[in-house]
Formats: sequence, structure tokens, C-alpha cells
Amino acid sequence: MTPEQNFMRKIEAEEKIEPKDWMPDAYRKNLVRQVSQHAHSEVIGMQPEGNWITRAPSLRRKAILLSKVQDEGGHGLYLYSACETLGVAREELVAAMQQGIAKYASIFNYPAQTWADVGAIGWLVDGAAIVNQVSLQRTSYGPYSRAMIRICKEESFHQRQGFEIMLVLASGSPEQQAMAQDALNRFYWPSLMMFGPHDAESAHSARSMQWKIKRETNDDLRQKFIDQTAEQVKVLGLTHPDRDLKWNAERGHYDSGDIDWDEFYNVINGNGHANRQRLAHHIQAHEEGAWVREAMSAYKARRKALTAQQAA
Amino acid sequence: MKDQLDLFEVFVRARRGLDHKHVGSLHAEDHEQALEYARDVYTRRSEGVSIWVVRSADICASQEDDSESFFDPSDDKPYRHATYYQLPEAVKNM
Repeated sequence: MTPEQNFMRKIEAEEKIEPKDWMPDAYRKNLVRQVSQHAHSEVIGMQPEGNWITRAPSLRRKAILLSKVQDEGGHGLYLYSACETLGVAREELVAAMQQGIAKYASIFNYPAQTWADVGAIGWLVDGAAIVNQVSLQRTSYGPYSRAMIRICKEESFHQRQGFEIMLVLASGSPEQQAMAQDALNRFYWPSLMMFGPHDAESAHSARSMQWKIKRETNDDLRQKFIDQTAEQVKVLGLTHPDRDLKWNAERGHYDSGDIDWDEFYNVINGNGHANRQRLAHHIQAHEEGAWVREAMSAYKARRKALTAQQAA
Repeated sequence: MKDQLDLFEVFVRARRGLDHKHVGSLHAEDHEQALEYARDVYTRRSEGVSIWVVRSADICASQEDDSESFFDPSDDKPYRHATYYQLPEAVKNM
């Protein structure tokens, strides 16, 4: 059996691929792209919400939001570590993102303008991410799968705290209700776009499915999210932003209106509200942390010299 | 006692996709020998598909006596758990 046949045998048998196994270069490359993009999304995703920590309406909300943003940073770490098992250095990954070569989820280029946006982000953006991540727990690459399992476990509170914010606003004053409706209107469609292009137009999908890096297609995952969200909008008593949304008894799913793909590609290609700001902020934070990294390598060099001196 | 071989901790991955799990320790001269010994004493019944050995002296561990400073702060943060949020029955599965 050739290494390639053995690799495919494991994939077919639902066995995981582990870091020291032989794998095709394209599999490795595809994974590095997907996992690093996922990691970048966790880290960049801290910005729109982090912006609201100092302005959260109560100490309770502030503590919750702080915890959530802290989780996202931790999830970035899990994913960068999983990616590093593929033989790529974290510095390279971060540099590729800062240079705009590697992407992050385009949803984070939308600004969080009101407190209701923080609710909508937890409910819809984390909700969409969870649908995707639950599916990825079964991905074929061991370290990625284990990171996903850990993340899903920790993330379950993110969506619930967001929905709770929406619930409070939606049953509040007319102004609060309007704020909740406005946040839903602005975040609904971009959340649907998080699942990526339709299957027919998705550049990496077919191969990723064959290698079981992805387990369900973009459109299938999106449909799951559309169905569950439709019910949740009813609970909130808000107006659904998709006027074409209609239950299709034959399919057992909701039919929905067209997504504005021009907007999707426009934002991905750098023209969203906050693309420049997100990257500039990341670069600034990275540069301002340079002295910590320098101090650590100076300490390491000093210790090494000291040990060498003692040995002599 | 000086002649005693180094102590190694042994971790076994039971199945592809699972984490390596600590199963015990043994004495060996070096990594290579530790791996062979581990195979002989910890995986005689197909317990796993992969073994890690690590010198026990290289493991840095927190002590249970210090657990206050490590773990106590989590106890007053119940909002990190999904069950903390009371939601209507209709969205219970969220």
C-alpha cells in the first residue's frame, strides 16, 4: 500500500490523521489555510465586542462580556497550536494575516454600533460559528478536531448570553425594541454569509469534503442556521429581516431570500466598514507588545550564557 | 541510588483522534529505551496506537496546596457556564 492509499484508507475508515502521519501536501496546505483562518477569526473577533467592555450597561454584563472575549483569545490559541502541528510557525501565520494574504471571517469587518449589536453578535455570529464548529468536531485532522471539541464545550454560553441580551431588549421599552430590531436587521444577512459561498461557487469545498476536512457543505450548514434562527426570532417577537422566508413543508426546511453576494465579496476584498481598522489595530497591538517578546528573548539569552558560564 | 535510571512518564493514545493519556511511569536509560519498555509494560493488549514518553523531571506541575491561586477565581464566575442563562422553553436547545 502506498502512503497515499494508506492515507485515504484512514480517511474512508473515519480514522483521524495525526501530526506525524504521512499526508498529501495539498491536504496539509488546505488545513493550514482553513485552521489559520479560523484562528485569525477568533482573535480579530475580539475587537468588535472588546470595544463594548468599558461601556457594558451593568457590572454583570461587563463580567460576562469580559469572559467571552477572553474565551475568544483562548480559542485563537488552541487553533494556532493545532495549526503549528502541521509544521508552520505562528509568526508566519500572523504575518500572512497582517499582510492581508490570509483572511479572517468577514463578519468582523462590521462595526458593533450599539449595545444590541453585542447581543446580536453573541446570538447570531456565535450561533453561526457554533453550527459550523459542531460539524468540524468530526473533521479528519486529529488536533483540529480536538480543538473544536474543546471550543464547542466552552462556547455554549456565548450564544445564550447574546440571546439573553436580545430577550431583555426585545421585551423592553419601544426604544430598546427598536434597537434590538435594528441589530437583527444589520447582523442577519452577514451571519448567513459566514458559511461561505454557495457550494457550486466554493473554491475549496469539494476537495475538503472528499478529505473530510469539512463534513457538511456550506449550504447545508447555512440551512441549519436559517431554520434554527427562524424559530428564535419568533421567541423574541421581532420581525424577521428576510421577507421571503417561508416554511417549505415538502423539504422540511425554510426557503429563504437571496443573499447579496456582491456585498460579501466587497467586504472580503477589503471594502467593509472596518477592514482597515481591524488590521491596523491588530498590527498596533502586536507592535506595542514587541518589548515583551524582546525581554523574553533577552532573558533566555542571559540564562543560556549563565548556564554556559557555570558549566565552564 | 546514584545508579538508578531516570524516571519517565508514559502517555498512550488509545485510538486515533483521542488525546494521549497518562498511564504510568517506568525507569529507563534514555528516550529510546523508555519507548521500548513502555511498549512492553503498558501496551501488551493493544492499548494504543501511539506512545509518548517524557522524563518525569521535565514535567513542571502545580501543587494541590497551591490550588487556591490556580483555580479558586473560577468559582465565582458561574456566568461562564451555559446553564447560568435562563431562556424560554422554545429555545432551550441553544
